[in-house]
Amino acid sequence: MELALTEEQRMIQESAERFLAQVASSGAVRTAMAAESGLDHTAWARIARELYWPALAIPEEYGGLGLGFVEVCLLQEQLGRCLLPTPFFATCCMGIPALLLSRNQGLKNLWLPRLAAGEISASLAWTSAPRWDDSGVQVYAQSCAGGYRLNGQYLYVIDGAECDLLIIAARTPGSIGEAGIRLFAVSALTPGISRQQQPTLDQTRRFSTITLNDVVLNDEHLLSEPGLGWPLLRDVLHMACIGLAAEQTGGAQKVLDLTLTYIGGREQFGRSIASFQAVKHRCADLMLAVECARSASYYGACIADQCLNIDGDPSAQLQLAEAAATAKIHASEGFFNCAAESIQLHGGVGFTWEYDPHLYFKRARASEQLLGTPAFHREQLARHIFGERP
Amino acid sequence: MNIGFSAADEHFRQQVAQWMQEHLSGQYNELRFRGGPGDEDFAPGLRKQWERELAAGRWVGAGWAIEHGGRGLSINQQVIFYEEYARAGGPGRMGHIGEGLVGPTLAAFGTPGQQQRFLPAILSGQHFWCQGYSEPGAGSDLANIKTRASLDSESGQWLISGQKIWTSLAHESDWCFVLARTEPGSVGHRGLSFLLVPMAQAQIRVQPIRQLTGTSEFNEVFFDQARTAADNLIGQPGDGWKIAMALLGFERGVSTLGQQMQFQNELDEVVRIAKANGAAQDPIMRQRIAQAWSGLRVLRYNSLRMLSGVQDGSLRPEATIYKLAWSTWHLELGKLAMDVLGPEAELLAAAPYELTRLQALFLFTRADTIYGGSNEIQRNIIAERALGMPREAR
Repeated sequence: MELALTEEQRMIQESAERFLAQVASSGAVRTAMAAESGLDHTAWARIARELYWPALAIPEEYGGLGLGFVEVCLLQEQLGRCLLPTPFFATCCMGIPALLLSRNQGLKNLWLPRLAAGEISASLAWTSAPRWDDSGVQVYAQSCAGGYRLNGQYLYVIDGAECDLLIIAARTPGSIGEAGIRLFAVSALTPGISRQQQPTLDQTRRFSTITLNDVVLNDEHLLSEPGLGWPLLRDVLHMACIGLAAEQTGGAQKVLDLTLTYIGGREQFGRSIASFQAVKHRCADLMLAVECARSASYYGACIADQCLNIDGDPSAQLQLAEAAATAKIHASEGFFNCAAESIQLHGGVGFTWEYDPHLYFKRARASEQLLGTPAFHREQLARHIFGERP
Repeated sequence: MNIGFSAADEHFRQQVAQWMQEHLSGQYNELRFRGGPGDEDFAPGLRKQWERELAAGRWVGAGWAIEHGGRGLSINQQVIFYEEYARAGGPGRMGHIGEGLVGPTLAAFGTPGQQQRFLPAILSGQHFWCQGYSEPGAGSDLANIKTRASLDSESGQWLISGQKIWTSLAHESDWCFVLARTEPGSVGHRGLSFLLVPMAQAQIRVQPIRQLTGTSEFNEVFFDQARTAADNLIGQPGDGWKIAMALLGFERGVSTLGQQMQFQNELDEVVRIAKANGAAQDPIMRQRIAQAWSGLRVLRYNSLRMLSGVQDGSLRPEATIYKLAWSTWHLELGKLAMDVLGPEAELLAAAPYELTRLQALFLFTRADTIYGGSNEIQRNIIAERALGMPREAR
């Protein structure tokens, strides 16, 4: 039992921090925000092909580095600090875990080496409604000669217009709930797939709408085993929540740091406004929120790590849902509070476009609802607490 | 990072669980889940006997270094001990001030002679201790201590006069550690000294304080030329503040994990009631119970982070959040318990004012955010020590 970073993990964290300090200034983030793709492709190319961040959690047999999800979460935390728009989250917290958890050896052999080499990015398209549970899966996969014919529309696909590999969920016509769901891995360029990027309130992370029009797939594209589509998708979503929580933790810490720097230098009534107890106590509460978010996301990262590792502790699987919900609740609330207070404590300049608090505030709001609000996750936990679900 | 326990640690867990099952039985059955905060005056005599049962099993001071008579258990093993102790319903520890505060303080600041005089009686469950810090005029402003002590040239003993307050279980204690002003005319944290004082003397009077719970865990303690031997001073005259602050640091150790297991017991009771009385169907109650549940998980993860990689008892700046985190969480649990119970929460266990366990929880948690450094003081500490913000004018 050790909830502290190893020497190697600390090195990964520090080198990421150094690299991002160079490439991910506020100016670079704003340039990417204004770009048509919404991404910083230059930084991503270096991340993927020089620093091998996507390779971290991929086993060596596929050309990866054979580390784990804890390392992925440490990078997420650093990326969350700077808000740099890259495909890292969608690729490493959704696409790669889906492949790692799948038993389709052919798909793993096909895609994991290319992801490890940094040649491609991935995303997950699964919900067709503003919902984050099985009822959101409303793209249908009709059996046809030699496979499945898919039709429908996905909403809120992160970086969906830019990615190369799509993990997609679809259900058998007539099925409801957790039954009848299948998960596929397909090239984003597959005929019948059209992608449309949406303008978003948080400009540092774009959503796309993806439409499937008679997309024909077969069992070779199938990630999930019969009857196990929802458990696979569910586990991937839990890991994505944990990865997102790490990113939210980084954002919360950074926006608190920005606030402390600003108020430390701002004088009114002849003294630093950081010396007023009304201000200090609010900052103390924010630090508490950040540390709680960090503890919850680190613990979640350890659990997800065990679940992705074939030699991992089997009891981790039983804790994944609870750990994901806990991390998502506390990181969402912590980040939002830190960002909202940052605007207030910056005063007038906090309301300007020029200063950065609004970037964090918008990211915090977007991340809070992404993959389920705190209220949604509390309801999931309540079912677990009251034993309403096995 | 690694969230599993080793096979050896799991084996140790079984040993603790088995010991608790075998020993917390028979005459001790009535102590199960009793004697915690808000219930500290429950069966003190039997709980002292239980401390000697623990001592016979070498569970008192198990985390102390072997040279001081402890077992030198690893942090992980101490965590496991506290968890299994609480899981089994082990009663609130009468000996925790001696074990958790006095022992580590003597180990750090005491002379070998002082260690030999005081540590064995703590380890054997013979001596129970209380804490003489707060005074009527020295609460949050602890350095404003007025209790005086001077070395009497005739008897060669320290003579102590003044008043302490909020002293838990003073009426059940054999010894008290007292922060007193030994340098006449000094102010603030200068000129204070740390003295160990025997309670059994006519010059000390203990006056219980009736709390809003109706019970009296806390006391006022009046010292009127009370005496203690010259070599019961820890450190040098004037070292009192330094030692007092170090002692408060020991309070945030591994026992926090056991405290959380007790919180889990309380939360489990709230969940049971919610299922039985239909509150579990109410969407707002579901949200609040889930928030409490996840909040308790986070307290645990905070503690695990705090304790990870720490072998010398020193804590990182993150540790400053601990008191604020748990007291705020526990306060909300007390309110939640009442809200889940609804009108039932109004009915006492018995006349004239015997509280149910959850009523005691509700009322006593109002003290959690005050004692041991109020939440306002905690926020000052976080802001100044962890965030480096400007200090309050003092």
